Amino acid sequence: MANGKKIGDVLLSVQNINLSFGGVQALVDVSFDVRKHEIFAIIGPNGAGKSSMLNVINGFYHPQGGTITYRGVTRARMRPHEAARQGIARTFQNIALFKGMSTLDNIMTGRNTLMSSNFVLQALHWGPAWKEEKAHREMAEEIIDFLQIEAIRKTPTGRLPYGLQKRVELGRALAAEPDLLLLDEPMAGMNLEEKEDMCRFILDVNDEFGTTIALIEHDMGVVMDISDRVAVLDYGRKIAEGTPGEVRVNQDVIDAYLGVSHD
Amino acid sequence: MNDSQATKREADQQAGGSSALDTIPKLLLENARVRGARPALREKDFGIWQSWTWAEAAQDVKALACGLAELGFKAGDRLAIVGDNRPELYMAMTAAQAVGGVPVPMYQDSVADEMQYVLEHTEARFAVVQDQEQVDKLLEIMDRCPDLKHIIYKFPRGLRNYTQPFLHDIKEVEERGRAFDKDNPDFYAAGIAAGKGRDLAIMLYTSGTTGKPKGVMLSFDNLIISARNAIEFESLREDEEVLAYMPMAWVGDNIFSFAQSYVSGFCVSCPESSETVLQDLRELGPTYFFAPPRIFENILTTVMIRIEDAAPLKQKLFHYFMAVAARVGAPILDGEPVSFKDRVLYWIGGILVYGPLKNVLGFSRVRLAYTAGEAIGPDIFDFFRSLGMNIKQLYGSTEASVFITIQPDGEVKPDTVGPPANDVEIKIADNGEVIFRSPGVFMAYYKDEEATRATKTADGWVHTGDAGFIDDDGHLRIIDRAKDVSKLNDGSMFAPKFLENKLKFFPFIKEAVTFGHDRDYVAAFVNIDLEAVGNWAERRNLAYSGYTDLAGRGEVADLVIECVEKVNRDLAADTHLAGSQIKRFLVLHKELDADDGELTRTLKVRRGFIGDHYAELVDALYSDRDHCPIEAEVTFEDGRKGTIHADLRIHTIEPVAATAEPRQAAE
Repeated sequence: MANGKKIGDVLLSVQNINLSFGGVQALVDVSFDVRKHEIFAIIGPNGAGKSSMLNVINGFYHPQGGTITYRGVTRARMRPHEAARQGIARTFQNIALFKGMSTLDNIMTGRNTLMSSNFVLQALHWGPAWKEEKAHREMAEEIIDFLQIEAIRKTPTGRLPYGLQKRVELGRALAAEPDLLLLDEPMAGMNLEEKEDMCRFILDVNDEFGTTIALIEHDMGVVMDISDRVAVLDYGRKIAEGTPGEVRVNQDVIDAYLGVSHD
Repeated sequence: MNDSQATKREADQQAGGSSALDTIPKLLLENARVRGARPALREKDFGIWQSWTWAEAAQDVKALACGLAELGFKAGDRLAIVGDNRPELYMAMTAAQAVGGVPVPMYQDSVADEMQYVLEHTEARFAVVQDQEQVDKLLEIMDRCPDLKHIIYKFPRGLRNYTQPFLHDIKEVEERGRAFDKDNPDFYAAGIAAGKGRDLAIMLYTSGTTGKPKGVMLSFDNLIISARNAIEFESLREDEEVLAYMPMAWVGDNIFSFAQSYVSGFCVSCPESSETVLQDLRELGPTYFFAPPRIFENILTTVMIRIEDAAPLKQKLFHYFMAVAARVGAPILDGEPVSFKDRVLYWIGGILVYGPLKNVLGFSRVRLAYTAGEAIGPDIFDFFRSLGMNIKQLYGSTEASVFITIQPDGEVKPDTVGPPANDVEIKIADNGEVIFRSPGVFMAYYKDEEATRATKTADGWVHTGDAGFIDDDGHLRIIDRAKDVSKLNDGSMFAPKFLENKLKFFPFIKEAVTFGHDRDYVAAFVNIDLEAVGNWAERRNLAYSGYTDLAGRGEVADLVIECVEKVNRDLAADTHLAGSQIKRFLVLHKELDADDGELTRTLKVRRGFIGDHYAELVDALYSDRDHCPIEAEVTFEDGRKGTIHADLRIHTIEPVAATAEPRQAAE
């Protein structure tokens, strides 16, 4: 897969993150780097802290300790919409689409942070807003073409089957033209064929747009096939990091997945 | 009649042979000259219909032809084409022809092994494909197809990291072609001028139910004369709108959306993807449309289901006006006299129901629709005709460049396929097989003289393999495959598929298998349609536990008896088939299933297998018993085996006396 692909410098560096909710330690001293153009996977059993990690990167949770450096800038506290402005987009484990809106409109909402005309002009569909919408619509159509969802362009997303909703959600994240795309269990609840499709799309996004992808997933097989590097979390700690081949034979990882008792 | 037709054909051939417009590339240049600004091709891409004018198409074909030549494509070379209907792929066909090559469109959903056979057989050195999926398939078989040297693709997506030097983006090939054209300015025109009407224009592989596919060779004369005859017959014009959505490897697409477009200059539109066909149909509003019966059937089913969900007032309106349409729609379409009151009602119905319905389906502008390929249910056929859609049946084959018979306007009947098309001669051979001769008759099967000799006689008659007869009005009626037609002991003709289709046209009957070869009478197995009969049972508060239970109910048997009696009444009115009425039948205890080997994977009944498998049931049908116990082994979906016990009742039906006046009694 990765033949001819150039992995670049560090895009996102996460150092010594500690996150706790009351007495629960969700993340303990977690560090890793995500490099440009790579597909980086965070895996781990249920409750390992995967989603928490994504929420930290996304600016949704604020860790008690540690630093996050994105494109060379270390941030203190950041809100999710600021993350979006900086080129971080994400999808959610349990789909968060606007169910009454069409596929196209959902994808257009992904363009919103890139639109410059204000709310009133957009609502009136007037002047510069009209021109702008045309340009954004073109990009949305490119995404629709890319994800092969032409047939559901005008279908309200609430009526779509699960696998397609996931695809639309990916489309909406792509619409923001992100540098870093966070995918929260993109394959959860899919059948084999849908999973294969989704893998194909993730690889194609990475390949065609050069988007860096950080994903969390508990389906080991899928992750091992498409990721360049993998970090493994267990009980909030990072227990391994490396290429899929390295991680697969790591004894700690095998223990974590098979449930060896922790002394 | 034969004399005049023969002279006309000779004249046509001479006209085609001597005039300048005897090849597709020559027609392209002519269209670019005469109607350069009119659209030639259209494709929906990025949500917008993008067009090529004839002038632009001519430019792109030229660039592509020169680009192919620059890569080493020579006269006589075969160009494999694999993909959905795309303007670039149609242009690639013309480009290959322009340099004297032969396009070989292939079914885009064939698996790699099937493609390998055709590629090996044609020795194609070049392939033009749609996207990564097809590239991957070809790469998989490349080492087994030593002739294949270059693969050209339309969509570069996903191919960024493919470094093979023999892979080319079609844009890159066109670019090279433009440079080549600058250096060799006479090459392209000389290539086109060298083409002749009798040259091989295209090779189409027929899927062939037995043995390996055969490559049907069609000349430019075959394509162009057949296309032109049908254009004149139907008065097609340059402003027709056509949606190209049937596979490019199928002969119909090569006539309806390729040759006819070049001859009459109309625009062909390609859908955005195979899933968006129905939406694209609606946006485009074609005027000239082809669909196999299955598609019309699906559309009708969808309409009926959506009406069930509509508000009560709308349902009432729909049913009232559809009843009006059923009574007077077809007669109005055929120009027959209809009372003033009915005309007014039909006009109101047009505003309230038929117009909006046709608009939703994308049929508002259809002037001419064809259906062919298999028998169409009379209900389906009548539904669309009653809406005022001029849907007609035709009968054709790859070996005929499509047209053998076409129903003329005003002479449309659901059970015949019409009189011979222009310049076509038809005969019924002694064994009942339909044979024909026409200017569209194929040159030969590629590299298969034996098969050619078996199909085409020395003086140009072609065996269709279909049994049929010509009715009193001179219309051809196809009843079955010739090899399946046989005789009862009393000598009456027995056409199993014809009877089975007649039964299957009833919504309550899903499958039927008929027996009669060397027997005293015709007997049948029937499968009820679980959904339709289940629905019917529900409305009557008839409780049942599953298929076997429902199929064994007396009420259901009565339902089927009614259907069989109706079929017998129709048969009684038929001079040729009155003797093959169904005398005894039983409703099978299980649904025929491909997993049990009873149906083929394309869901056709395997009569022989079923006859052997249920030999005791067949014996019972030909005895005087009125029931037969059965224990059958079935394979469940997960692979487990189980047995079903049932006691099947056998029903006997009194045959109807043959009626004298066929036409009236058919009502």
